[in-house]
Amino acid sequence: MNLFQQLTAKPWLAAGAAPEDLRHPDEAHRAAKKSALWVFLAVVGVLFMLLVFAYGGRMTYGDWRPAPQLKLLWANTFVLILSSVALQWAQVSVRRGQMDAMRVGLLAGGAFTVVFLFGQLLAWRQLGTMGYFDVTNPAIAFFYLITGIHGLHLVGGLVAWGRTAARVWGKFDVAAIRQSVELCTLYWHFLLGVWLVLFGLLFTGNNLDLLLKLCGIR
Amino acid sequence: MSYVAHDASILVPPAEVEEVELYHPKTFVGKYIWSQDAKIIAIQYAITAIGIGVVALVLSWLMRLQLGYPDTFSFIDPSNYLQFVSLHGMIMVIYLLTALFLGGFGNYLIPLMVGARDMVFPYVNMVSYWVYLFAVLLLGASFFVPGGPTGAGWTLYPPQAILAGTPGATWGIILMLVSLAFFIIGFTMGGLNYVVTVLQARTRGMTLMRMPLTVWGIFTATILALLAFPALFVSAIMMLLDLLLGTSFFMPAIVSMGEQAGHTGGSPVLFQHLFWFFGHPEVYIVALPAFGIVSDLISVHARKNIFGYRMMVWAIVIIGALSFVVWAHHMYVSGMNPYFGFFFATTTLIIAIPTALKVYNWVLTLWRGNIHLTVPMLFAIGFVFTFINGGLTGLFLGNPTVSMPLSDTMFVVAHFHMVMAIAPILVVFGAIYHWYPKITGRMLDDTLGKIHFWITFVGSYGIYYPMHYLGMMGVPRRYYAITGTDFITESAHSVNVGITIAALIVGAAQLVFFYNLVRSYFKGKPSGDNPWNATTLEWQTPDTPPKHGNFGATLPLVYRWAYDYSVPGADQDFIPQNVPPKEAAGSGGKT
Repeated sequence: MNLFQQLTAKPWLAAGAAPEDLRHPDEAHRAAKKSALWVFLAVVGVLFMLLVFAYGGRMTYGDWRPAPQLKLLWANTFVLILSSVALQWAQVSVRRGQMDAMRVGLLAGGAFTVVFLFGQLLAWRQLGTMGYFDVTNPAIAFFYLITGIHGLHLVGGLVAWGRTAARVWGKFDVAAIRQSVELCTLYWHFLLGVWLVLFGLLFTGNNLDLLLKLCGIR
Repeated sequence: MSYVAHDASILVPPAEVEEVELYHPKTFVGKYIWSQDAKIIAIQYAITAIGIGVVALVLSWLMRLQLGYPDTFSFIDPSNYLQFVSLHGMIMVIYLLTALFLGGFGNYLIPLMVGARDMVFPYVNMVSYWVYLFAVLLLGASFFVPGGPTGAGWTLYPPQAILAGTPGATWGIILMLVSLAFFIIGFTMGGLNYVVTVLQARTRGMTLMRMPLTVWGIFTATILALLAFPALFVSAIMMLLDLLLGTSFFMPAIVSMGEQAGHTGGSPVLFQHLFWFFGHPEVYIVALPAFGIVSDLISVHARKNIFGYRMMVWAIVIIGALSFVVWAHHMYVSGMNPYFGFFFATTTLIIAIPTALKVYNWVLTLWRGNIHLTVPMLFAIGFVFTFINGGLTGLFLGNPTVSMPLSDTMFVVAHFHMVMAIAPILVVFGAIYHWYPKITGRMLDDTLGKIHFWITFVGSYGIYYPMHYLGMMGVPRRYYAITGTDFITESAHSVNVGITIAALIVGAAQLVFFYNLVRSYFKGKPSGDNPWNATTLEWQTPDTPPKHGNFGATLPLVYRWAYDYSVPGADQDFIPQNVPPKEAAGSGGKT
């Protein structure tokens, strides 16, 4: 029954049990974990959406001073894409039962993520040593805030990744690992998507500015 | 392994597998302190929330003493007064009501009402409580740091919140913001549990539209909270950065205490947008669980199915969705494009439609019902009255032209206390009187309950009704003392004395409630499993109070909605949700 049918059911009309099968507890638990991740992604999505709106809202003021563009961010973006691709490879491999390939993909995904985080720290240092650096410039403060929060989410992801990576050696429960890999992959893809939006709108060129002008807000 | 006999006529497949293994603690500490049982966690949440709520109640007394009897109490100076105002508001809204409705009632009722053994992630649930407790302790600590707690008002508007001159502008505000951040982290852990338990752990037969409205209310409010709290989270972090690292997210170039502060280019209005993007849904985070609970109380104690169940569900969801597009009605005087004002006024007034629909449905449920004026029912009816009163003044404040002259007056204080303080707290009391027998196995004392209700209900009107008139007269809120103003007459001061006396009496009446809670725990009349003859699953447990795992050996199967009261032809005036059609003997046509 789809959601619309469920929400338009008339529960007072007929008593009787709904023909729903009881699921295996493991399956139920997996479904719960997956739902939890989706709900969490919604929360994280709102968090970054609000940050983008705050950035855009602040941009509409006359005294807006854009932050300098950092070329390093292009390289970082590329590395984050690689980490997502590696995890996707791990996911495909675990579904096909190719455990060695899964391990390689998983480890590569984590390694690229660590490289990305170091790259972001390097970008922080670069910006911090520039003549433009002024902590009271909202564009610069926003850059640190937003990249910081995004990085912290990846660090949180690395905790889950680490717990997964520690379990893929020796004998392990394939179904459980498969789900862990799938959840990690989903989370990484999501954070990559968030980063691409942040990078595209805020940290490369004046794209958000352009968008605001198109909408007649700025 | 539990096995349920298969009966093709009722379309229930047999249970196929063993049930989920629960964590079974062995020690007292494992069972009651580091507990992973949602019911224990619920009680931990409730006791903590009510404990800090009592602090906020005492703060309100102190405020009222100052307003009723200015120049009398030497220990209340203007700074203290602002600190009392700020902490009273923040504690009541977030640390009491949000935590109690979602962490308290949510934890206790969701697994029981949907037929689950526990929340889906019990460990995360436990951590959620301990993070909440840490947030409460941080907040409490702010009373003891140099400068005391923040006096910036519960809205914490910058720039004044973090500028010298505002009470608690150093330690107080830091602890406040950090405490809020922890509260939100803890809540998110709990909230994920509540949502996923409702989505994934319902027992067989419990379709979405068979869930009691209590679960719908708490479920929707949790989604609202999960999506709204991030706004408070980012604003707390950004304000902390402004204070500690000298960024200028919210702080404009400003002269403070005769000196140029180091900030340039921040936007205080940006904070207001973020704050109210959280703040308005917060009203419904508190109201929607109250709506759900009161629907069930009215239905059970009027022995009648809820009128318009589907509409009630949809109204909850629609109110929840609309609550995200009305926030700027709190900011009419902050300066905004007039078209925005028009937009926000329109969306605000549209919320009146689903809300009024709910009120009509409550009244229509009562209409020709077999009304039992039990204590929970009295509180439920008290809620409907109070919510209508508070809602009607909302129409005034939703319109920019009427709202502007009333801004920051006692009218606003009266409005929001009616609609989101007294109304939800009446439901909290009604719910405690209703579910206390399930939680403890004993009934609360009826006479004490009625004394508690009447003093609280009538007394609340004694406090807030006159306050509307003060507001219309122009008496401003958050003022320590009003002197040298011609438009505020002597009679206004008399009214203030009356309000203070009413507030002290209502506050003291809560002692009757606490006495009742403690006394009944030891000496109350044993309640049995289902003292109210209710249909929902929490009343059908084999043990009262329910043991860990809730439902004994076998999870219940659900065959009907939650509102089969006074079904024509049925033997009893209620048919529990887990009674199969053929066992509801003689139930004419309603099988």
